[in-house]
Amino acid sequence: MTAQWPAVSVVAISLLQVMTVALGGPLLVGLMRKVRCRLEGRVGPPIHQPLLDLRKLARRERTRPDQAGWVFSAAPVVLVATTLVVAVTAPLLATDPAFANSTDLFAVVYLLLVGSVAIALAALDTGTSFGGMGASRAMTIGALSEPALLVALLALSVPAHSSNVPIIIARSLAHPAWLATPQRLLALVAFLIVIVAESGRLPVDNPSTHLELTMIHEAMVLEYAGADLALVKLGEGMRLAVLLGLFADLFIPWGIATAPGAGHLALGLVATGAKVAVLGAALAAFEVSVAKLRLFRVPELVAGAFVLAVLAVISALVVA
Amino acid sequence: MSARPRNDHHCAAGSRRHVTSLLLIATALVGLAASAVGALVTQRLRIQLVSVLTIAACSGGLAVAIEVLRSGRSVVVHTHLLLPLVGFSLDLDRFGALFVAVSAGVAICAMVFRLGYHGHGLSSRTASCVLPLFVTTLLLVPAASSVTTFLFLWELMAIASLLLVLADHRHRSEVAVAAVWYAVMTQAGAAALLVGLVLLSTHAGSQSFSAIADHSAHLPAWVRSTVFVLAVIGFGSKAGMVPLHVWLPRAHPEAPGPVSALMSAAMVNLGVYGIVRLGDGLLGGGPTWWWLMVMALGALSALYGSLHSATSTDLKRLLAYSTTDNVGLMLLGVGASGLFASTGHPALALAALAAALLHMVFHAVFKGSLFLSAGSLQQATGIRDLDRLGGLLGRMPVTGTLFMVGALTIAALPPLCGFVSEWLLLQAMLHGLPSLDPSLAIALPLGVGVLALTGGLTALTFVKAVGIGLLGRARSEPVALAGEVPRSMWIGAGIPAALCLVFGVAPLLVIPAVVEAARTVTASRLPNPFVGGWQVGLSGIHGVLAPGLLAAALTVAVTLVAGIRRALQRSALRSTEAWGCGRELQTARMEYTATSFGEPLSRVFEDVLSPSHDLDISHVAESRYYVEAATFHTSLEDAFERHGFRPAAAALAWWGGLARRVPNGSVHRYLAFGLIALVVVLVVLG
Repeated sequence: MTAQWPAVSVVAISLLQVMTVALGGPLLVGLMRKVRCRLEGRVGPPIHQPLLDLRKLARRERTRPDQAGWVFSAAPVVLVATTLVVAVTAPLLATDPAFANSTDLFAVVYLLLVGSVAIALAALDTGTSFGGMGASRAMTIGALSEPALLVALLALSVPAHSSNVPIIIARSLAHPAWLATPQRLLALVAFLIVIVAESGRLPVDNPSTHLELTMIHEAMVLEYAGADLALVKLGEGMRLAVLLGLFADLFIPWGIATAPGAGHLALGLVATGAKVAVLGAALAAFEVSVAKLRLFRVPELVAGAFVLAVLAVISALVVA
Repeated sequence: MSARPRNDHHCAAGSRRHVTSLLLIATALVGLAASAVGALVTQRLRIQLVSVLTIAACSGGLAVAIEVLRSGRSVVVHTHLLLPLVGFSLDLDRFGALFVAVSAGVAICAMVFRLGYHGHGLSSRTASCVLPLFVTTLLLVPAASSVTTFLFLWELMAIASLLLVLADHRHRSEVAVAAVWYAVMTQAGAAALLVGLVLLSTHAGSQSFSAIADHSAHLPAWVRSTVFVLAVIGFGSKAGMVPLHVWLPRAHPEAPGPVSALMSAAMVNLGVYGIVRLGDGLLGGGPTWWWLMVMALGALSALYGSLHSATSTDLKRLLAYSTTDNVGLMLLGVGASGLFASTGHPALALAALAAALLHMVFHAVFKGSLFLSAGSLQQATGIRDLDRLGGLLGRMPVTGTLFMVGALTIAALPPLCGFVSEWLLLQAMLHGLPSLDPSLAIALPLGVGVLALTGGLTALTFVKAVGIGLLGRARSEPVALAGEVPRSMWIGAGIPAALCLVFGVAPLLVIPAVVEAARTVTASRLPNPFVGGWQVGLSGIHGVLAPGLLAAALTVAVTLVAGIRRALQRSALRSTEAWGCGRELQTARMEYTATSFGEPLSRVFEDVLSPSHDLDISHVAESRYYVEAATFHTSLEDAFERHGFRPAAAALAWWGGLARRVPNGSVHRYLAFGLIALVVVLVVLG
C-alpha cells in the first residue's frame, strides 16, 4: 500500500497529524471541561484555556524535589515523545502516514505504556508518600487495563487477519457489516472502559480534584512545575486525543483519507476532528452523571473490561 | 577419544568439522581443568585463574555453537573413555547449539562479574571447584545425544548447582532450607526423567537419540504419552514450572549473585530445551492434549509467577518469580507450537516455536543483567529487602542504570529487546486464531489473554523494583552509605544490558539463528517464515515491526521535546523540598514501600494470593484508649507450598514415624519378621 502514496504526502500527513494532536489534545481537554461546566449550569473557561495555560506554564521556573534525580526530569519528555511517535505513525487523519506499514496496534499500546511507566517512576523518584501512592494505584489499574486494551485490539484484528491499523480500517470500510458484529460491540465497551481508565477520567479518577486520598494521576505529577508541568499536561491531552482517534479509526472509520490529495486530507481532518470532539463531549457528559468509584472497586471495572475483551476474541473465533 | 565426522567425502567440510569437534572437546577439558585449578590452587590466585579458564572454556563453547548455527553441520563426539559399556556421545545440532550459545554467553558475563564479587562462600575451595564444573555441564547438556550421556550430565549439573546454592550456608541459616527444597525438587524431577527415558529407550530398543527418533513413531501410544508426561514433570521442575516451582523462589535468592544469574538465565532454559527436544524431536510431536497440557502449565506459571513477583518485597525473590513467569511464556509458545503442529498448521508451529526460543534468548539477556546487577546492589548494601533499599540510582549510577535497563526490557518496553519477543509471541498466537478447531479456538485467546495480563503485571513489578529499590530516598543506613562496586562487575552486568538495547534495535542479529534452530526440531521442510530486511514479521501476516525505525523515531522525538524544553527555560532548575501536606522535613519513613506499593494488587487478587496479616496492639495499663505499641506483620506465602508441598512433607514424616515404630531394636521381633517374610514368599511362589 505504501507504494501508491507519494513520499511528500506521507511526510505532510505525518506532520499534520503531529500538529493536530499537539493542538487538538489541549483543545479536547478544554472542550470536555466546557461541556461539563455547561451541564452543571456554569459558564466555564473558554475552550482554548488549556492552550493559554500551557503558554503560561512554559515560561515559569522548573523545580525539582531535592531527592529526585534525572528520572524525574526525563519523564515528562518521554511522556510527550512517545505520544508524538504514536501521532506520527498511527493513521489518524489518513490511512497512510509515515511508516504505516509498521503501525502495529500492539506497538501503539506498548509505546503508550512507556509514557505511563516513565511518569510512575518519576513519581517514585520524588520520595514522597503521594508519589508512591499515585504510582502504586496507577500501575495497579494499568496492569489490568493494558491487557484489556491488548485483547480488545486482538478481537478487532482477528477478522482482518492483521493487527496493522490501516489494513483493519481498509477492511472495515469494505465490509461495514463487521462493525455491528458481537465481537466488535464487546470490544467497543472494553475499549471505552480502558480509555476512561488510561486517561484518568471519572469514574476511575477525577482529573480536577486534589483531594489527597482519592488522587491517582494528580498525585504522581504533584511535584512538577513550569515547563515540566506544561509537558505533563500536554502529554495527557495528547494521549486522550490519540486514544479517542484510534477508537474512531477502529469503530467509526468513515471519513478518514484513504487516497492522497489535499481534498481527502482536509476531509479526514474535519471528519476525525468532529468524531473525536463528539466522543470527548459524550465522555464529558457521561462524567457529569457518575460519581467516582471507590478505589478498590476500580479494578473490578477494569477486570470487567478484560473479561469482555476475552469474550470478544472468543466470539470473534466462533463467528469466523 | 575419537572425533569422527559423519561423512568424510567432503574434505574441506570434514576438516572443519574435525576442528569444531576438537574445539568442543577442548571446551570440556578446559572447563574440567578450571575445576581442578579451583580445587588445588591457593585462595589468592584462585578467583582469577578459575574465572579466566572458565571464560576460555565458554568462549570455545560459544565459537562451536556459532559455527554450528551458521553452517548447520552438527558436531559429533563419541568416546568410550568415560561411561564404560555405553560410551559418552555428544551430537550438537542447531537446536542444541542455540542453548549452548546462550549458556556460554551468560557464563562469560557471570565469570567476568565474579572477578569483582566478594561472596565469601563462593571463594571457598569447594565452590571454586564446582562452579566451572557447573558451567561445563551447562555447555554440554544440550549436546548430549544418548540417554546415558544426557542423564549423566543432567545429574552432574543438578548436583553442581546444588553445591553452589549451598555456598553461603555458613553465613545464613536459610541457605540450608533453600538447598533442601532444591535438592528434593531436582532429584524428584531427575527420578521422573530417569523412569521416562529408560522406558523410552527400552521400548525403542536403543539409547541413542537418533535411533529413538527413528523408532518413536512406532511405539505404543501409552508409552509415548507416559514418557512425555514424565518428561514434562522432570524438565518442568528444572524450569521452575508451576506447581513444581517451589524451590526456585528459595534457591535463587540464597545462591551467590553469579550463581543465581547462571541458574536463572541459563539453567532453567534447559528445562524448556528438554521438553522441546523430547516432545518435538525424539517423539516427533504428539496428540493435542499433550500440548494443551503444556500450554495450561505455561499459562499457570506465567500468571502465578507474575502475580507473586508483583507482590514480593525481596529483590531476588521477585526476580526468581519473574523467571517462573517467563518460563511460563516460553512454555506457552512451545505448547502453541505443538498444538499447531498436531492440528495441521506446520508453518504456524514453526513461528510459535521460534517466538518461544527468541523469548528464551532475550530472557537470558535481560535476566542475566538483572540478576548480576542485583548481585552488585546486594554486595554494596548487604540488603535484598526492597523495603530497606531506595535512593541507589544516585549513589550507584552505573549499577543502577544497568538494573534499570534490564527492568525496562523485561517490562517489554520498546525499543528494548523484551518488546520484540513478546510482540512475536503475540503475533504467533494471534495468527492461529481464525481456525475452526475447537481446541485452538479456546486455547489461543486464553493464551493471548494470559500473555497480556502478565505483560501488565510485569510492568507493575519492575516499576516497583526500580522505583522503590533505586529511586527516592535511602530507607536504611547501609543503603545511604553505599558506593559503587568494582569495575569488573559493571562489565559483567553491562554486557547483557547493552545487548538488551542492541537486540531491541536490531533483533535480526539473532532471529535467523533462532528460526534455523527451531527448524531442526519442527517443520524442517518449510521455508523460513520470517520476513527479512530491517523489519521483523512473519510471512502470511500483514503487519510487521520495524524496531530500528521505532528506536530512531523515539530518539528524534525525545531530542526534539527536550530541545524545546531547553529553549523555553529561562532560569536554572531549582531544587525544592517536596510537598508533604505542610509538614516540613520529610523522611524516608514517609515514603511508599514495596509492600505498600503491591498492596492494592494483593487486595485485588486476594483469593489467589491469600496474604496473611497479623496486627498486635497492646494498650497502656491505665486506659484501653491509649495504645502502647502496635506491631503489624504481613506475609505472603506460596499457596502451592502451603497447601501442596508442606502437607505432603508432613504426611511423609508421619508415615516415616509410623514405620520407625516397627523396628524397635528387639532381636526377637526381627527374627519374627524374617519368618513372616519367608512364609509370605513361599505362599506367593507356591
